[in-house]
Amino acid sequence: MAESGNPTPAATEQFSAGLRFRDDVAADEPAVSLDAFLEQEEADSVRIEAGEDVTVLFPHLSRVRLIEVDFPKFRDGRGFSTARMLREAGYTGEIKATGDVLVDLIFFMRRCGFDSFAPDKPIDPSDAEAALTRWDNVYVPAADDRVPIWKLRHG
Amino acid sequence: MYRYDKYDQAMVDTRVEEFRDQVRRRIEGKMDDDQFKPLRLKNGLYLQLHAYMLRVAVPYGTLNSAQMRTLAMIARKYDRGYGHFTTRQNIQYNWIKLAEAPDILADLAKVEMHAIQTSGESIRNISSDQYAGAAADELIDPRPWAEMLRQMTTFMPEFSYLPRKFKIAIIASAEDRIALRWHDFALRIVQNTAGELGFEVFAGGGMGRTPFIAYCIREFLPTTQIFSYLQAVLRVWNRHARRDNIHKQRMKILVHDLGQEEFTAQVEEAFEHFLSLGEDFPPAEYDRIAAYFAPPAFEQGLSDEIDLSDPAFARWVERQVVAHKAPGYAIANISLKPVGGIPGDITAEQMELVADLAERFSFDELRSTHAQNLVLPHVKKADLYTVWQALVSAGLADANLDLISDLIACPGLDYCSLANARSIPVAQKIAERFADPARQADLGELKIKISGCINACGHHHAGNIGILGVDRKGSESYQLLLGGSGDEDTTQAKIAGPGFDEDGIVDAVERAVEHYRAVRSPNERFIDTYRRVGMDGFKEAIYG
Repeated sequence: MAESGNPTPAATEQFSAGLRFRDDVAADEPAVSLDAFLEQEEADSVRIEAGEDVTVLFPHLSRVRLIEVDFPKFRDGRGFSTARMLREAGYTGEIKATGDVLVDLIFFMRRCGFDSFAPDKPIDPSDAEAALTRWDNVYVPAADDRVPIWKLRHG
Repeated sequence: MYRYDKYDQAMVDTRVEEFRDQVRRRIEGKMDDDQFKPLRLKNGLYLQLHAYMLRVAVPYGTLNSAQMRTLAMIARKYDRGYGHFTTRQNIQYNWIKLAEAPDILADLAKVEMHAIQTSGESIRNISSDQYAGAAADELIDPRPWAEMLRQMTTFMPEFSYLPRKFKIAIIASAEDRIALRWHDFALRIVQNTAGELGFEVFAGGGMGRTPFIAYCIREFLPTTQIFSYLQAVLRVWNRHARRDNIHKQRMKILVHDLGQEEFTAQVEEAFEHFLSLGEDFPPAEYDRIAAYFAPPAFEQGLSDEIDLSDPAFARWVERQVVAHKAPGYAIANISLKPVGGIPGDITAEQMELVADLAERFSFDELRSTHAQNLVLPHVKKADLYTVWQALVSAGLADANLDLISDLIACPGLDYCSLANARSIPVAQKIAERFADPARQADLGELKIKISGCINACGHHHAGNIGILGVDRKGSESYQLLLGGSGDEDTTQAKIAGPGFDEDGIVDAVERAVEHYRAVRSPNERFIDTYRRVGMDGFKEAIYG
């Protein structure tokens, strides 16, 4: 468990090239659709559209390196559940947010388990850093290792 | 009442800085209005017809005097000297400048207040019983759980871009004073046969253009599992709600589409999963919060006698004062419904007077109610006369709780960009028509609720008499509904027939009321008469 107060680590790549918070080598095959992935046993990258049922992927997680979760509109919050459910199912590979991803979403996205971002429109690096380091503490647990305030209160 | 610790304070302070930064980026053109809109809404800022409106959260309707004085200061400094209490116990200001909004939020944070998630597609302020901690009929004070819910629903990462708004209410008494089953998610604290406390859970209620009364999704939920259960409900809804039509995205629609049985089954499955994560709040956190809500130091051995020799005071006591759990104390309701006034409106001077009264006579506590009134929850009976005299001097001593002039009304077309018709003038005309106190007293409990459009902010679905403003070929028209209730006997009102113009609706209300007088049994309330005799007689009386 990370100590509270630790700012979220800075991205390991330049913000302007998208944001990635992983040390491993990025998958190089393009992500295929969920239907195609289920048919192609060699595929290791898959793309989940908003509204698709992520649970069908659960039996196959061991062969997945990259899961792209699309946000058709930034107001469509289904992808937050998708990512957190993947982490709760034990998936440790990359989860990339694509589409209408705004800087004001990325803190909550990180907390739900996203660890890379490829927004349609580039995000200002200083705004991104401010968004990701703003909150010293959080009220509730999510898919990250932030310690909720109630735990800090009671040890 | 609850006090922030360093963590709570840091959360609201950081939120102010975050919003200041967002406003800056908007003003600098770094984001467009489409992107900014949900961010300002999550900080309580609506764009209305004439200006921005700021809705400030009054968590579970509890305020202290310092907070009320700050609300008065905000009314004076940033608005036009008044505020408006809403049907979900919040207060809103109608004439706000966007550039000043971060400063207002900073002023609120100094007295442990905020506007977080009071608008937009978010989990809204938690509603609770305005008599909590004072009511003679409550099982336990529900506010510690309400505060737990406030913290657990503030900035939930997974549920920050929900399909629509989500409203939660909690009570601990059999009498329903907050329209429990008109909420998306509602809890009644109950005791099981083993003597353990738990929640009776209701889900899928809501007004708006497609009203539904919440159904009982679970008869008994152990209190320690509420965080898991709430997340389960939210996840099922967040994943499966429609996203293609804003009018079909409230949870009530999903419950209706899936059916209660299927929705319940999906929630139970998700609940099992969340329980397995072991993330529920520990009993120690409940204990910590509950300590703040320990009963105040009520004096012992006080008399229950009240000198009622002043007839005007006696009328006020009879109507506005409610039984308290502590001997020698009473709950005093303050009407914000003077005849001819705007329901729920209060001036900065009145706020300050009420703050003084709370400080001197009610252990520094104040409550707001879903019926847009205020409450002094812990007043010594011996002090009631002094309190009443002060209220009289401030124009706050109307004795009309639950009577026909205690109307609920939304801001309507006078302020709101969604409205089709004005609500306030109709409320004023009805109150004036029935201004005679003797006539009101004779009619007894009669709850009129007025909405200026089908979004139903004025709760017309829950009115004994409901009024719905609509646009009819370019002019304002009002439909009359009968038989709704937001109380423990929750029912949805039904439309009586064709609509009326502004004066016509007042006449129609009077005809309905006179029909009630003609056919009622002794001591029978309007709603009970309606239920007994049905719509037809009323229709005949109204339309002839």
